[in-house]
Amino acid sequence: MNVRTPTTVAPGETRARSPLYWRYAVEPFVYLSPAVILITLVMLVPLVVGISYSFQSIAILNPLKTGWVGFDNYAALWSDGKFWTALGNTLWWTVASVTLQFGLGLGLALLLNRHFHFRRIVQALVFLPWAVPTFLSALTWAWLFNPVIGPIPHWLAALGILAEPENILGDPDLAMWGPIAANVWFGIPFFAITLLAALQSIPGDLYEAAEMDGASAWQCFTKITLPFLAPMIAITVMLRTIWIANFADLIFVMTGGGPANATQILSSYVFTTAFRKLDFGYASAIAVALLGLLLVYAAILLKIRQKFVKI
Amino acid sequence: MTTRSSPLLSAARYLALALYLGFALFPLYWLLKIALTPDQLIYTEGTRMLPTLTTLENFRTVVFQTPFLSYFRNSLVVSLGTAAVTTLIAAGAGYAFSRFRFRGKKLIIGLMLVTQMFPLLMIIAPIYKMVAALGMLNSLTSLIIVYTAFNIPFATFLMQSFFDGIPRDLEEAAMMDGCTRFQALRKVVFPLTLPGLGATLGFVFTAAWSELLFALMLINSNETMTFPVGLLTFVSKFSVDWGQMMAAGVLALIPSCIFFIFIQRYLVQGLTSGAVKG
Repeated sequence: MNVRTPTTVAPGETRARSPLYWRYAVEPFVYLSPAVILITLVMLVPLVVGISYSFQSIAILNPLKTGWVGFDNYAALWSDGKFWTALGNTLWWTVASVTLQFGLGLGLALLLNRHFHFRRIVQALVFLPWAVPTFLSALTWAWLFNPVIGPIPHWLAALGILAEPENILGDPDLAMWGPIAANVWFGIPFFAITLLAALQSIPGDLYEAAEMDGASAWQCFTKITLPFLAPMIAITVMLRTIWIANFADLIFVMTGGGPANATQILSSYVFTTAFRKLDFGYASAIAVALLGLLLVYAAILLKIRQKFVKI
Repeated sequence: MTTRSSPLLSAARYLALALYLGFALFPLYWLLKIALTPDQLIYTEGTRMLPTLTTLENFRTVVFQTPFLSYFRNSLVVSLGTAAVTTLIAAGAGYAFSRFRFRGKKLIIGLMLVTQMFPLLMIIAPIYKMVAALGMLNSLTSLIIVYTAFNIPFATFLMQSFFDGIPRDLEEAAMMDGCTRFQALRKVVFPLTLPGLGATLGFVFTAAWSELLFALMLINSNETMTFPVGLLTFVSKFSVDWGQMMAAGVLALIPSCIFFIFIQRYLVQGLTSGAVKG
């Protein structure tokens, strides 16, 4: 009957070791494992498969030439003028969108972080663009820029910015501003919401103390608000930059990359190559190039972040 | 923060808010205007601020003569499911990143960042093959799983930054008093992260609500089609029914709006509780 007595481990020993072991090796993974497993299966494994495509020729229109081709796709990329144009456009599109979204989003968050009448309803309304499906916002903005059915060209002409009410989406020099405007409209709430939430976690007594010491509003902003926001700013700006660089939906619906590739960014080029030319190998090579560039960007930003944020 | 401010400054503030409101709402107004304009006037009155005639015909057609209600239900199931599951998983992961130092942490964070850095187009073919091999094409569950994975990295970083903002002393005190870490998390930390959870839920919900590409690839039966794919059915090869499409778009905004208004409470909570003290 005395079966359950023999234990394999000396009790004293485990009791001394196990909490430490538990704390440093096991416990974090209890919280982490669902995330890690899901991401690995649904994103990382397919990513590896996707990267392997870039070393193959998988052109559906040219089925005789399938197979491993080494770095051929990348060599073709190097001498592809459209790739370099798209790279330049990606830079312009990303920098302009992120800067405007962040600046305006921070402004909005600061405005909303105080009491005024109808605050709740105003907040709900200004955040609304984020809830609009991308496809729909792209169409709406395409309408707004069309002089036949939208008011914007007429306003711009009245302000003297345009000589006549033309569709800027058809003008290679100006076309990029169309998707950028839509993107800023769509993206302001993102920064406003995350920054507002961060603002709300700043203890109010800090401002009281600063005020008692006679700090000006500007000093409060640079000495209290910004440092507290810094971790959130770092992470949101970095992620948002990466997303926007990859974000082709607006461009694809509004201009299709045209006119004359004036709005073709790398990720829309991936899309056209994959689904118009059905050349999956080459499309993968473009995507890998974009991934490489974004990795470098993130590495630089994380280094900078380490200097300023103590996490 | 109720600081004394000059009337000029607060006037400027209200003006700025009004500009933001105008910018945010005007495109939506235009959407609504097109949805309410009778078909024959869409082009002739294209740039008028107010249409001379309005009609609910487009809405009626969309609701009663197209399978839109079913698209809606599907989208709602997918978005709510994704938002709930993602937030739960991301809260765990964000908590681990915020509170523990462990081997492999940097590697995992790095890999999570990598998942954000390539066009999702790149993995669409491999994912399609996997889902097809599992026999899960045309199922809403597969969409929820895929969307959850896509949204976890950002949601995790977001939750981490919210946990970072909560002093460790609070849960350490609770653990001193005999709580396990999980109890401390549930009873002490969880109520404090409600605004963070609300924000995360909102982001994930809207992301899932408007995702088009994967819904298009993984679903092609009418019964499990989600709303954005359904919207595409209005762009047929021969004609685009703008009025109906915009009407459907307006209807599609309703759940997002309700959801946003719902999470407002949690976003605002932090502010109001701070203000009562100050």
